[in-house]
Amino acid sequence: MSGSKLRDPTAETAPTRRARLAPPASLEGKTVALMDIGKSRGKEFLDRLEGHFKAAGVSTKRYAKPTNTKVAPVAMLQKIAAEAQLAVIALSD
Amino acid sequence: MPDGLPSDGLVIVAKRDCPTCVLVEPVMQSLDRAGALAVLSQDDPSFPAGVRTVIDDQTLERSFRLNIEAVPTLIRFAGGCEVERTVGWNRAEWTRLAGAAAQGDGLPAWQPGCGSKSVEPGVHEALVARYGDPGLTSREIALGEWDDPIEACFERGWSDGLPVVPPTDERILRMLGGTERKPSEIVGLIPPNLSPCTVEKVAINAVMAGCKPEYMPVVLGVLEAALDPLFVLHGLLCTTHFSGPLVIINGPATRQVGMNSGVNALGQGNRANATIGRALQLIVRNVGGGIPGAIDRATLGNPGKYTFCFAEDESDPEWEPLAQRRGIAAGKSAVTLFHAEGVHGFIDQKSRTPDELVRSLAMGLFGVGHPKLCDAGNAVLVLSPEHYRIFKEGGWTRRRIEDELYQALKRPGSDLVWGAQNVAEGLPPGMADRMVDKFQPMPDGVLIVRAGGPAGLFSAIIGGWPGQRVREECQAVTREIRP
Repeated sequence: MSGSKLRDPTAETAPTRRARLAPPASLEGKTVALMDIGKSRGKEFLDRLEGHFKAAGVSTKRYAKPTNTKVAPVAMLQKIAAEAQLAVIALSD
Repeated sequence: MPDGLPSDGLVIVAKRDCPTCVLVEPVMQSLDRAGALAVLSQDDPSFPAGVRTVIDDQTLERSFRLNIEAVPTLIRFAGGCEVERTVGWNRAEWTRLAGAAAQGDGLPAWQPGCGSKSVEPGVHEALVARYGDPGLTSREIALGEWDDPIEACFERGWSDGLPVVPPTDERILRMLGGTERKPSEIVGLIPPNLSPCTVEKVAINAVMAGCKPEYMPVVLGVLEAALDPLFVLHGLLCTTHFSGPLVIINGPATRQVGMNSGVNALGQGNRANATIGRALQLIVRNVGGGIPGAIDRATLGNPGKYTFCFAEDESDPEWEPLAQRRGIAAGKSAVTLFHAEGVHGFIDQKSRTPDELVRSLAMGLFGVGHPKLCDAGNAVLVLSPEHYRIFKEGGWTRRRIEDELYQALKRPGSDLVWGAQNVAEGLPPGMADRMVDKFQPMPDGVLIVRAGGPAGLFSAIIGGWPGQRVREECQAVTREIRP
């Protein structure tokens, strides 16, 4: 399957790469997920961010991957999607 | 000329699996002793033995570039250009082309060769995709080294929710081989975006739906019928109602592509039924932009919006098939498209006469939409073999069934108006003093089609779409399928 190529079945009116979601105009009323991927000092980084969000009146929720060596469990991603509208993924070596 | 071949000398393309190639192995050895020779071996680089330059062509790239159709093929090159070639074993030809070393003493004077592996079914298209110019104009989507192509199709929104077959060049080329129409030909404008749809785009979506190349004429016929303005495809796909396109195929094409009109005809399990209907839906989604939740505003939808396609049972020569009833000449293949909600099962195990059964069917049909609503869409009646037998034994033809059904589908307006029978839904009060038809006149009011397995006094009622109320603007469409 490596490096294969497909042909576009659409009318080709959209770019081949999906556009990134636009950042929200405001954080008011939104919950930000703070996800620790498990690398060293990630917690420290997220603690600082959480402090800034709290000071700005933005609610946050904390999540942590069981290990940084594997992708996030589906259940955790689903939980984040259900509970938050934005996510910050902490990478801090 | 392909790399590695002598610019002045002989090239033989052969395979061990070919008896003629094995027969001429001594001739190849003799030619090798006489001068410059390279043998391209398509299936076994240890064959032929006793030849110094045997080039492994199991990838078939060189065979493809040399346009080899049969083996053995003997080619003479001079100055880097092909001078002449001969195919199969023919002593006179080989000695004329390669000299006395090709005499082949003891061999028969002539023996035909075998097909080249490079032109085997499916292989040629793969080689064109790999080494040639596929001639496709649709945008290429490059995948990463570790991307799963099926998941990539999901991520790009190309799927109806089920896995699709990834549309690679070789699959698309094979699909295009199923039609004589040019890939660049525009079949029509696909709603809702009114995007031009070429035969190539049809082929790509047919690949994704899982079609075989021989389904292409049917898929193209289905699409052409769907794009008939009278079918109102745009309205159908953006309605809040349940309906989606139902595809009914008649004629020789149903047998040619192996469609199911028998046991479980409306259900799963037959590739042609499943994928032809799905191809239409994928074209609407991908080319036209008809995305559920976006322009497709169905409140509930129905499972037939994945695919809803079957063939009519035409095994009884006394039965007038649906396509003929709708103006198609006998012996021709045709597609009928209907705006269909889901299948409603109809049970009658007690009727023994046509009169009993037609009254019973009318009761079932009256439930379409709502038992107190009339002219809120038409219907398809799928008559099973056991129900049909009752009509046939009673001497009723299709026309008689239609006429009697039409009469049986009248009700006093007083039973149907708002509030009647203590049910608010119904017809306006002004209709209380008249007899009211449930559906439009035949044959549009109820499209009768035969299908189903041999056992079961069950038939199927498939309700239509309220958009069919204005016949001049919207109705079922029947089109002949072009080869």
